[in-house]
Amino acid sequence: MSDTYRKYLRLDRLPHVWCAGCGNGMIVKALIESIASLGLTQDEVVVISGIGCAGRTPFVLDFNTMHTTHGRALAFATGLKLARPDLKIIVVMGDGDAAAIGGNHFIHACRRNLDLTALIFNNGIYGLTGGQLAPTTPYGKRSTTSLDGSIEPAFDLVKLALGAGAAFVARTTSFDHLEMVSFFKRAIQHRGFAVVDVLTSCPTYFGRLNDVSDPYDMVHYLRTITVPLNGTYQADGGIACPGGRCEEQPAVGLMATGVFHDQARPEYGALYAMHSHTIVTKPSGPRS
Amino acid sequence: MTLQHLIQGNEAAAHGALYAGCTFFAGYPITPSSEIMEILAKEMPLHGGVFLQMEDEIASISSIIGASWGGAKSLTATSGPGFSLMQEGIGYAAITETPCVIINCQRWGPSTGQPTKAAQGDVMQAIWGTHGDHPVIVLTASTVRDTFEMTVRSFNFAERYRTPVILLLDEVLAHMRENIRWPQPGEIEVITRRAPEDVRQFHPFADETFLPFGAGKRFHVTGLAHNADGFAVEGAPAGRELRRIVGRVQDAVKELAVYDTLRLDDAEIAIVSYGITSRAALSTVNELRADGTKVGLLNLKTLWPFPDHLIADIAGRVDLILVPELNLGQLVREVARAARGRCAVRHLGRVDGSLIAPQQISAAILAGSAPETAFEEVEG
Repeated sequence: MSDTYRKYLRLDRLPHVWCAGCGNGMIVKALIESIASLGLTQDEVVVISGIGCAGRTPFVLDFNTMHTTHGRALAFATGLKLARPDLKIIVVMGDGDAAAIGGNHFIHACRRNLDLTALIFNNGIYGLTGGQLAPTTPYGKRSTTSLDGSIEPAFDLVKLALGAGAAFVARTTSFDHLEMVSFFKRAIQHRGFAVVDVLTSCPTYFGRLNDVSDPYDMVHYLRTITVPLNGTYQADGGIACPGGRCEEQPAVGLMATGVFHDQARPEYGALYAMHSHTIVTKPSGPRS
Repeated sequence: MTLQHLIQGNEAAAHGALYAGCTFFAGYPITPSSEIMEILAKEMPLHGGVFLQMEDEIASISSIIGASWGGAKSLTATSGPGFSLMQEGIGYAAITETPCVIINCQRWGPSTGQPTKAAQGDVMQAIWGTHGDHPVIVLTASTVRDTFEMTVRSFNFAERYRTPVILLLDEVLAHMRENIRWPQPGEIEVITRRAPEDVRQFHPFADETFLPFGAGKRFHVTGLAHNADGFAVEGAPAGRELRRIVGRVQDAVKELAVYDTLRLDDAEIAIVSYGITSRAALSTVNELRADGTKVGLLNLKTLWPFPDHLIADIAGRVDLILVPELNLGQLVREVARAARGRCAVRHLGRVDGSLIAPQQISAAILAGSAPETAFEEVEG
């Protein structure tokens, strides 16, 4: 392990809880590299998580860290950021965390546009509880609560974030280190709410139930369901890809990776501060 | 500055919070608490604080916990259905020893119930609502002036004991108007969380000293059972931690006991009441005393930790304790337990959405007859 990573890890909290072949360690490695290369100090960074496999991320990171309740990480982060705009807050969520139990907080965080970075460790399944169906489990894929294959359409978290108004939206995969670092850096630097949907491998549960239990096969599976986004996201929901135009299909659909949206939009904290200085109403109470 | 102001209970709560130095409010609209958020939406920016309207009550309490770890004195206000949703966050605040204040303007329940009718049906939920044993402080108030002062005290206790404090108001108190004189700065004590003497030696979960994020010491906060540094533990150390945080509040039961009394010294009958119901009880005492009946009042403003010592003292001196409440029997169980059978304990409950009238309390007292169970129910 190079000194770069060593510096940002709580070495006494290792080994982490993740299974052999899990992609989460790769995401954390990319996150550390992103923070280090942006020159952020450990004292100014806060990593906040919810519950689940991804929720265990802050345990091993030597920043200010907070492991909150299931689905609520963004709400905790919203309070902390508004109380302390000086802190750089990175919110780490699982897909069940962000899109099921925390779905309401997620869409409102996208809409509100507070300066937070949200990383979704999206393995398409509930890992820590043993492999149950997630709102991101692809149609037809098996889980312990959909043994004959899911009959529900999956959430596309990129479309969800775009629809809810997030100013920076990207998707990448846990096997593409350079792309993760590039997107994480842009997301952290973005002034506003930034979302990165990171497709990650879960050979233990997703893989075992879907014939890709070997970690290599699991990574290969992620490659087969993703396609790099070339150019811009199409208004009709289609994506442009290197071989021409391709469509996402519900059953065997390809997931585009890339930066879908990167636009400056008034940031909530800045708007609040501006509003506070231009208030015309008179105070009531003891001073009146 | 002797000007009197005719204000609502909810206004008193909002301004009490500002007086206490609250700089962060998050909430979700719900009757009958909404005026607190409306006032703070206007006032917070003027006081350099943050007002935030969240997407629901779960988000509201989560965000005030986050703000508290940023160093802010933080508040949310809600009512019954929203309070039920906040139980998850209250548990997180309890196990992470997060100072914060939750105001619950009680309304008739369960469920949507009668949104504009007063009740005192959330007492046990306030004490035991979140899962698992946990520390919490539960306060209440019976006048608009009291509401201001108990809001300040809620923050003081939250800061002093590093724990969530729940202030139980009710629909009538929230909306009724009374004359109060605004307390001047310094008139009511304001307590702020204590920073550790040596930041480097700080252990975030060792005692009631507190350091926010970004103050020179990196640490971990978790809802898992944890050690003094915030890292997960199981078994005996988890039990010790739970006993420590519950014990901190329980051991302070006498310091936390806020109450007042009326003519209890020579009383043969005691009314133990709290909140809006104490107003009727006060009238009852004055009326019955005029007729020569030796009745007195203990008005509890701290409901939890329950002041056993106050009840034990009274139970040894009176024949009867009557507990009027706007519920089917909640705090009366604590009173009966603390009385240890040394006097009769009777409950007067009313649950039709109206307040208990002084005459109902008088009638219940004059009805006489010994209880057959731990406490006897008298229908209001």
